[in-house]
Amino acid sequence: MAATTTTAPDRSLGRFIGEHSVGLFLSAIFIAPIFWTVLSSLKLPSEARQPPLPPWPTTGVSVDNYVSLDSYGGGLWHSAQNSIFVSVSSVVLTAVISLLAGYGFSRFRFPLKNLFFVMILSTIMIPFQSILTPIFLLLATFKLQNTLSGLVLVYVTLQLPFSIFMMRNAFDAVPKEIEEAARIDGARSMALLTRIMLPLVWPGIVTVALFAFLNTWNEFIAALVLMTDQEKFTLPIMMTAVQSGRFGAVNWGAVQAGVTVMMIPCLILFLLLQRFYIRGLTAGAVK
Amino acid sequence: MSSISAKSDKDAGAQAGAAALGRHARPRIDRSQWIGLLYIAPAIALVFVFFVVPLVMTAWMSLHNWPLMGGHTFIGLDNYVAITKDTRFWNALKFTLYYTVIVTIAIFAVAFPLALFVEKPRPLNGLYRTAFFMPVVVGFASASLLWAWLLNVDAGLFSPAAFRLGLTEKKFNLLATFDPAFWSIIVMVVWKASGFTMIILMTGLQSIPGDLMEAAKIDGASGWQRFTSITLPLMRRTLALALILSVSGSILAFDQFYIMLRGGPRNSTITAVYWIFTQSFVSFKLGYGAALSIVLLVILVVISLVQLRLLRNPEGT
Repeated sequence: MAATTTTAPDRSLGRFIGEHSVGLFLSAIFIAPIFWTVLSSLKLPSEARQPPLPPWPTTGVSVDNYVSLDSYGGGLWHSAQNSIFVSVSSVVLTAVISLLAGYGFSRFRFPLKNLFFVMILSTIMIPFQSILTPIFLLLATFKLQNTLSGLVLVYVTLQLPFSIFMMRNAFDAVPKEIEEAARIDGARSMALLTRIMLPLVWPGIVTVALFAFLNTWNEFIAALVLMTDQEKFTLPIMMTAVQSGRFGAVNWGAVQAGVTVMMIPCLILFLLLQRFYIRGLTAGAVK
Repeated sequence: MSSISAKSDKDAGAQAGAAALGRHARPRIDRSQWIGLLYIAPAIALVFVFFVVPLVMTAWMSLHNWPLMGGHTFIGLDNYVAITKDTRFWNALKFTLYYTVIVTIAIFAVAFPLALFVEKPRPLNGLYRTAFFMPVVVGFASASLLWAWLLNVDAGLFSPAAFRLGLTEKKFNLLATFDPAFWSIIVMVVWKASGFTMIILMTGLQSIPGDLMEAAKIDGASGWQRFTSITLPLMRRTLALALILSVSGSILAFDQFYIMLRGGPRNSTITAVYWIFTQSFVSFKLGYGAALSIVLLVILVVISLVQLRLLRNPEGT
């Protein structure tokens, strides 16, 4: 930036300031609603009922909004535990199953392989919203209705097409010579996978896990349909119940607190693992 | 996401060809390769039980009168006949298409300039990209709850702020009538989704060779001419992809209308998925809901197939 200022100092500097003012202004607009909520959630409940002008607490900082949220239904903490259980289980299962399947599809030749691959991938075209009723009935048949484990199985299934596609590509990118060398040393295919291949496809696993977490943590309609017992509510369902006034007059302070709890893990993970996220996005998009 | 299916289909086809050749070339099949089936077995089992079976069941149920309790009876195509007379479903579909068109235009109108802005190498650009993208990762339910609060007439931000600034005579309830409520949702979704479209468009912009632009500049092409005759044609595939992702996502919209508006005011913002949800899980007409699902599914698959064509033949008409 310094170099360009020598040729036309005024114009370049003006342009520099102009572009960055626009950039900072737009960034502020995009981030403002998130900050507004987080700051407001720290107000005293009496102040949280008022319009958030200004957004920051003026009559003292408190965590009362978070405390009050714990008294609704099964409680905020209980719903958060449900959400954590569902998301973490889904992430682990998705990572393991797509790791195995990616390896299988990339490195072996067996009958019906392509048919299976197309079957898994083509489920992307079909909206899962249209098959929720039979899933509801199926879970009841397996005695999994209103269980978090049942929800996990559904979530993992929904993650598989993208995840298997990612993992197969990750394995395809590993040169065959690497495992051939190990195979000559007598390693079996499972040992080959865990010792030799796993470190090489690790970035793919992080991408798959990140998408699985964000998607399951935020998923709404399947959890709304499948979890009818208040004890089993995940955070989005619980918070919607609070916001709809199902537990009495709407406590907006509690809504701000709940939304903050829902947003923070996603934002932290995204900021830490941003490059894996963009990788996944462009891998799916550009090819 | 949808592009994945586009690519994989092509790949699978190519692989099928290669595999067939391989089979003929090699006299015997290597049985040790079959262990691959074990590796994919868990995935196949899940997709079969929780996707293929429910899909077949949906089609089967759509031919039945299927209440939640009690037995179900086969009624042939009666559900589909009923759909043709279901004005509320067609209104929901009409509203969904209206929403899809408006929100897609709005997202592109915001995301394209943002993509042009963050694509240039410039200090702080990584920061801007991150800022524009942050709402994408918070999830539709969180975003809807957040904006439901901001839009609330008493405890929210917009109405009280406008009132205090003297712009309105009294606090105006943005969610009470159709137009303000609808446009509030559009603003929310644009805030939430533009970053996503921006990143996709940005990857397209970055794939345009720099020397092509330089050459056009030397030849005296104006900024607008370069945009219309180089940028847009070369971004055709990316544009098609971003468009299709936006369209297929919007047609399935549910969260924001359920959380922020409950389908109101006066049931004017019920989307197709919302209507299916109501029929299946509020009225418990499971068979009828299944028939509605099949109709929606067909619409979505047709869109996906159109997408496949667009992505496969980027130079085609």
